[in-house]
Amino acid sequence: MASVAGESVATSPPEPAELTLRRGARGNPWRRPWVMEGFTWLYIVWSIVPIAIAVLFSFNKGASQATWQGFSTKWYIGKGVTSVLHNPSLHQAVIQTVVLAVLTTVICVPIGVCFAIGIDRWRSRTSNGLNFVMIFSFVVPELLLAVALFLLVTQGLTFIRLGTPAEVAGLVVWNISWPAIIVRARLVSIGRTYEEAAADLGASRLGAIWRVLLPMLMPAVFASAVLVFASTVDDFVIVEQLSSTANTQPMSVLIYSNVHGGLSGPALNALATIMLFLSLVAALIGFLGYRWMTRGERTKGSVEALTPIAGI
Amino acid sequence: MAMTGQRDTYDRRNRGLWIGLAIPGAIWLLVLFVAPFCVMLAVAGGGVNEFFQTVVPVWNPLHWSSWNLSAVWHDIFGTGAFIGPQALRTLVYTAIATVISLAIAYPVAYFVSRYAGRRKTLFLILLIAPFWVSYMMRMLAWIDLLQQGGLFNSALSLVGLPGNTDWLGGKSVTVILGLVYGYIPYVILVLYAFLDRIDQSMLEAARDLGLSKWRTFWHVTIPLSKPALIAGTFITALPMLGDYYTNQLLSGAPGTTMIGNAIEGQLDSPGYVGQGAVLSLMLLVVLLIPMIYYVISTARGSLENA
Repeated sequence: MASVAGESVATSPPEPAELTLRRGARGNPWRRPWVMEGFTWLYIVWSIVPIAIAVLFSFNKGASQATWQGFSTKWYIGKGVTSVLHNPSLHQAVIQTVVLAVLTTVICVPIGVCFAIGIDRWRSRTSNGLNFVMIFSFVVPELLLAVALFLLVTQGLTFIRLGTPAEVAGLVVWNISWPAIIVRARLVSIGRTYEEAAADLGASRLGAIWRVLLPMLMPAVFASAVLVFASTVDDFVIVEQLSSTANTQPMSVLIYSNVHGGLSGPALNALATIMLFLSLVAALIGFLGYRWMTRGERTKGSVEALTPIAGI
Repeated sequence: MAMTGQRDTYDRRNRGLWIGLAIPGAIWLLVLFVAPFCVMLAVAGGGVNEFFQTVVPVWNPLHWSSWNLSAVWHDIFGTGAFIGPQALRTLVYTAIATVISLAIAYPVAYFVSRYAGRRKTLFLILLIAPFWVSYMMRMLAWIDLLQQGGLFNSALSLVGLPGNTDWLGGKSVTVILGLVYGYIPYVILVLYAFLDRIDQSMLEAARDLGLSKWRTFWHVTIPLSKPALIAGTFITALPMLGDYYTNQLLSGAPGTTMIGNAIEGQLDSPGYVGQGAVLSLMLLVVLLIPMIYYVISTARGSLENA
């Protein structure tokens, strides 16, 4: 009742009383928004259940993706069927994915972190331009970059061979904005006070960066490494354009080219489940690691540790 | 002011170091991001070796020929054009899928940012989870469900509807829903990030000043979430316009191809690589204005935060 009284006082006089009353009756601002909550749960079910079913059927005893015939790991390790372990092309695809993800993360993160620090402090027209190019690489449609890279390595810099070298080169440039943007955001929030204090206390320029700045940047570096790793595991467009032989096709490309015909069936689900597992492990490590590194900094609980590993 | 002065001296004194740190990334970006598009220009303006059907890039802009451009132009607008309908379809699919994505994502993000309370972490984990599932896996899951004899058709026949529809046989509705399913996690996260920053006291002030719930939403929340909606539109529409795999996975029929398929097809056919380059550049030019707008607004946002 208090809300009704409060509202009718605040409403402008010409409003009809009936309308104010009706609005007051259901205008309780503390009421739980059941409709919206139900909608959110519906969305969550819709977004997760199909994937859960696909994972489930990778453990199916039979080859069906609609009838459950008992639990089995034969599509992963079974002999005599097309399983991930015993089929050479599936097996090779897993290895290629891991190789690309590791190489890309190892090259991309240090370059991106240094780039972020350099760009943030080297204030000039050139650095602004480079920053613009970096953000541009973040928004350009992946297909266009992939086509351009394909033309570069086939028509221009032909010493970068199609296959693993071209794939890594392309993945690094496609992912460099993760560390650059995330680390730069943290640089801005840290400010320069600590570095200057270190310099005043006699640290060298590099010493101040290595011993003071870098440890403070570690959570951001870590979060971006996890993002680069997972997004390389999941990448499809760049690796599809830049892979050469079947040996350099990672899991995503193999799934794409086999869905209609070829090696369809539960073995593909098994392959996709392995991809999912790799990404989720990276995400979990990222979440726990970020939480641990920023302990004592947070005020709002674990929500703040979730946002950086999702890149927001 | 004193702070700024100090900061400037510190930055200027160590300038060589900052340049040195930026150089590896700068070279990588110039050689593998800027240069590829220059090669694309050279291929687009170049010719074809008539005998081997190989690309002959022309590096000097003064010697570029418009042969590829006019061939592509003819394919888009001329008689019997086959790229024009694909381009139109791309626009229609992208527009519908973007609107559906925003319509689903907005209430979800709004609920989680404002009402989730202590369960926010749980909701965020559930919303972020699909973001970590590869695109291929998400499409594969729907291929399993929608195939003939799949679980979706079985579910339909359970409730008495015809359960023998070939959903994967070239249906636009399947492709559009596939696009929505593929890109919606990104929209939700972007919307959440923006909506979470909206100052609650603004909404309380609107209510205190006598606006009804719906009018508060319409006159205060919606204008405040405009940047979120713009960012959400970009984050879905830009990749969708370059998508060529969703329709291949969920339909594979010529009736659902998009502009990305045209580009891919030309790159794979000997003698047409130059036209593929022209088509890519045309798409790039069309997207350049929204991309620059997005980049500038992001850059401005990060400057304001600083």
